Amino acid sequence: MGGTIVKVSGPLVVAEGLSDANMADVVRIGHERLIGEILNMTGDTASIQVYEETGGLGPGGEVVTTGVPLSVELGPGLLDNIYDGIQRPLEEIRALTGDTIARGVEVPALDRERLWEFTPTVTIGDKVVGGDVIGTVQETSALLHKIMVPPGISGTVAEVHSGERTVTEPVVKLHSADGKEHKLTMLQRWPVRVGRPFNRKFVPVTPVQSGQRVIDTMFPLAKGGTAAVPGPFGSGKTVVQHALAKWSDVDVVVYIGCGERGNEMTDVLKEFPELVDPRSGEPLMRRTVLIANTSDMPVAAREASIYTGITIAEYFRDMGYDVAVIGDSTSRWAEALREMSGRLEEMPGEEGYPAYLGSRLAQFYERAGVVECLGTDGRRGTLTAIGAVSPPGGDTSEPVSQATMRIVKVFWGLDASLAYARHFPAINWLTSYSLYTDNLAGWYDEHLGPSFLKNRTTALKMLQEESGLQEIVRLVGQDSLSPEDRLTLETAKMIREDFLQQNAFVDVDNHSSYTRQARLLGLILHYDSLCRSAHAEGADMERLLTIETKDVIGRAKTVPDDRFEAAYDEIEILLDAQISEVLRERDD
Amino acid sequence: MRKEYRTIREISGPLLMIQNVDGVTFDELGEIELPSGDIRHCKVLEVDGDRAVVQLFESPAGINLAESKVRFLGHGQQLGVSEDILGRVFDGMGNPIDGGPPILAEKYMDINGLPMNPAARDYPSEFIQTGVSSIDGLNTLVRGQKLPIFSGSGMPHAPLAAQIARQARVLGTDTNFAVVFAAMGITFEESEYFVDEFRRTGAIDRAVMFTNLADNPAVERIATPRMALTAAEYLAFEKEMHVLVILTDITYYADALREISAARKEVPGRRGYPGYLYTDLATMYERAGRRKGKAGSITMIPILTMPEDDKTHPIPDLTGYITEGQVILSRDLYRRGVQPPVDVLPSLSRLKDKGIGGGKTREDHAGTMNQLFAAYARGKDAKELMTIMGEAALTDVDKKFAQFADEFEKRYVGQGFETNRSIEDTLNLGWELLAILPKNELKRIKEEYIEKYLPEGE
Repeated sequence: MGGTIVKVSGPLVVAEGLSDANMADVVRIGHERLIGEILNMTGDTASIQVYEETGGLGPGGEVVTTGVPLSVELGPGLLDNIYDGIQRPLEEIRALTGDTIARGVEVPALDRERLWEFTPTVTIGDKVVGGDVIGTVQETSALLHKIMVPPGISGTVAEVHSGERTVTEPVVKLHSADGKEHKLTMLQRWPVRVGRPFNRKFVPVTPVQSGQRVIDTMFPLAKGGTAAVPGPFGSGKTVVQHALAKWSDVDVVVYIGCGERGNEMTDVLKEFPELVDPRSGEPLMRRTVLIANTSDMPVAAREASIYTGITIAEYFRDMGYDVAVIGDSTSRWAEALREMSGRLEEMPGEEGYPAYLGSRLAQFYERAGVVECLGTDGRRGTLTAIGAVSPPGGDTSEPVSQATMRIVKVFWGLDASLAYARHFPAINWLTSYSLYTDNLAGWYDEHLGPSFLKNRTTALKMLQEESGLQEIVRLVGQDSLSPEDRLTLETAKMIREDFLQQNAFVDVDNHSSYTRQARLLGLILHYDSLCRSAHAEGADMERLLTIETKDVIGRAKTVPDDRFEAAYDEIEILLDAQISEVLRERDD
Repeated sequence: MRKEYRTIREISGPLLMIQNVDGVTFDELGEIELPSGDIRHCKVLEVDGDRAVVQLFESPAGINLAESKVRFLGHGQQLGVSEDILGRVFDGMGNPIDGGPPILAEKYMDINGLPMNPAARDYPSEFIQTGVSSIDGLNTLVRGQKLPIFSGSGMPHAPLAAQIARQARVLGTDTNFAVVFAAMGITFEESEYFVDEFRRTGAIDRAVMFTNLADNPAVERIATPRMALTAAEYLAFEKEMHVLVILTDITYYADALREISAARKEVPGRRGYPGYLYTDLATMYERAGRRKGKAGSITMIPILTMPEDDKTHPIPDLTGYITEGQVILSRDLYRRGVQPPVDVLPSLSRLKDKGIGGGKTREDHAGTMNQLFAAYARGKDAKELMTIMGEAALTDVDKKFAQFADEFEKRYVGQGFETNRSIEDTLNLGWELLAILPKNELKRIKEEYIEKYLPEGE
């Protein structure tokens, strides 16, 4: 039994006669069977947001409910794939309908034909509960996919099938305590708007090693943490997000292109298969799932894309992996929310956004975290959420930025004026922050020694002082500064240019290990302290500020990775020698 | 025979409400026949039961509620295309206005197009030499890119766009090209400027023009760019041409959109523009690009005038979030006689990195580009300091940077609208200017290139 369309207004359709439908059900609309989701129900009348263009729909058209909420398919075949906002595989759609996306296309998210080599990890008679691993599949060369018992199911293993299976063929049969039989396949379904369950949550204590100096050293993100990257257009949000997707030391990356440029997704699609993960040696694409709702694709599916992405990410987290979900951009998601809210004639909150904007954003970010996964083996997984925000005019006082800043723990504020001066990544060191440094202190002390955090604090303090000193220079000129202050300005400049600046497009510089970062910052601060003590002993500051080794430090970040330790040792020796020479000159 | 309705119940601005309709669908095109026999066009914005809200493309003047007849055509807005559209001029709704014969359509295409599958896109990477140093050298344009010009009222965006259209070519090729030009709300004179330019350079035979001038109905502007882009898609992806689309002026387009939104009493977003302005603009801009396995391409140069030269105004702001960079014109440079007055620092081409370097332009391109940007930014800071504190306040190095900034604006940016520089000339000029600076300040360029390209002696 189906309902009938009574109203069509853009992506909103109102239909009556849907008394058999549940709130939030997915429905199919019209003879093209467009996909939609129920937002509101009044009596038997439902307001539906349609995930495809609604041109050609009119009153009288048929609406049928599928009886299930918007769900994703989870199982082998997710990685190395690109989906639209409601998890339809774009490559398959292309094979079906050509270069453009026609309407009403129905393709299963996971390939039904493909065979996977299933290796069971349970034997007959084992007792398992929801979340327990029953077997593995080498999904791509970069990741071992763990097949788990779906949440809420438990029992005794009665049958096990190893070998090549499709995702819909049963691999394990369970007998539950109440005498029921469960045939488990490698495929699970999960509603996207509900977080996947876990046993318990922990405070994040390990940093994400992104290889980006300004992030790792200055404003670190913890595994299982949340971060936002706000910035006006042209400030390099996407380059930062791509860098995080490429170089972060996580096992799986889910990249959601939400209302952004088509060519950016193409860039990822083209570049990621060619780039090699420095840790596993495998192409980056093999650990990546792409969700693309580009800005010309239907707006309602944009709202769903964020949930589709994070649900897939949670699934990999449940296997005990470190997962990062990157959303570019959450502002477009919020705008989609605003558009639907407007069509539903809801009372608007700030700037036309619905009043529930803040709580929806919080729900999204709160799905991140370090968890003990469901199941009995106590494995831990992490889900790190990073969202770009595109504030109009770069003004972060607008609702989406404000709501985001209330939730996230790391804030990488991008700055247009830095971008204009081609200082990249254009993360402003004065406005950005990370609330994880205290949590991560233990890790730093253990892996990088206590000097790391000390250097970081010194460097940030110097940058802060620099901005004050620059004010003075602007007012009364360089000559009025004391030699010590001139040194501070010089060191801060070195921190900015020789450390914080990082070229994403140069191979030796596009990512940098934590040890290397610590060494490089150490070198710059070593120069500073040598100069300070030499000056205290009477050396000429002008000479100290112009020694040659300074330029060598300037080029230190481009030393190839396999030689950097030796090279940095050498610079240190050179530095000591040159400063002593300046001191000797004083005596002459 | 199509049903005719004489049930128009309400006209308010560009919107009409028609009652007792049956079988009408969303986004369907309609015709209104006036008692005088005049035909007006409209499209369906909303259907609610037996009521349809339609948006008129022409003026509502003269429509009589009782006597006018409405017919719905059973399809959305379409454009009839064939290769004969080349060299023709159309109005904003796609009707020929150059006195030529009607187009014998090879096929009819829906002007809204369909979203391009990201998996079917081919990444733009072919360098287009525009002959303009501030674009080629610093904000490189590639085939399939959308690069808008952010201008202000009274600034010379038209000559710059015409210069690009005239000089643009891909090195080492001589392929099928076409220009599609859409005028939205601009004056007759401005539109005529482009026609004359195309005529002068002979491009007119390869051009398709859609003109909705300032005195044409504003709501017609909603359709004009989509007409143009549909023509461009046909030429690029079915006839394998490299199409350059110039859309001017996006500001008037967005204002028309706002007018309709206000008439519908929608909840306004920033500055009264509808909340879906981003999505609406994106569905136009995103039609630029390349497709895998297709030889053609659509490169788009939308022009918009920023109200009060304000880059954070919703129109430039949202455009900047969608397009792959922007070329910004500066009133300050314009007043100082620098032409074209490209404001280099906030201008940007996001796709440049894929189009430059050895084999495409020259190996030293990326390094010199970054160096020029950084040096100009520092030079401008130094000049600013100089105006406050006097020249004496600058260090010797900063004086050099200030001098660099002046020379850079004069020689590199201010090349004039008639100079066509090869990329070699542009890069060499860059080195000439960098030679003003102390060598150890050139930190962003690889040393081997400094050895190879930096002119000797100062």
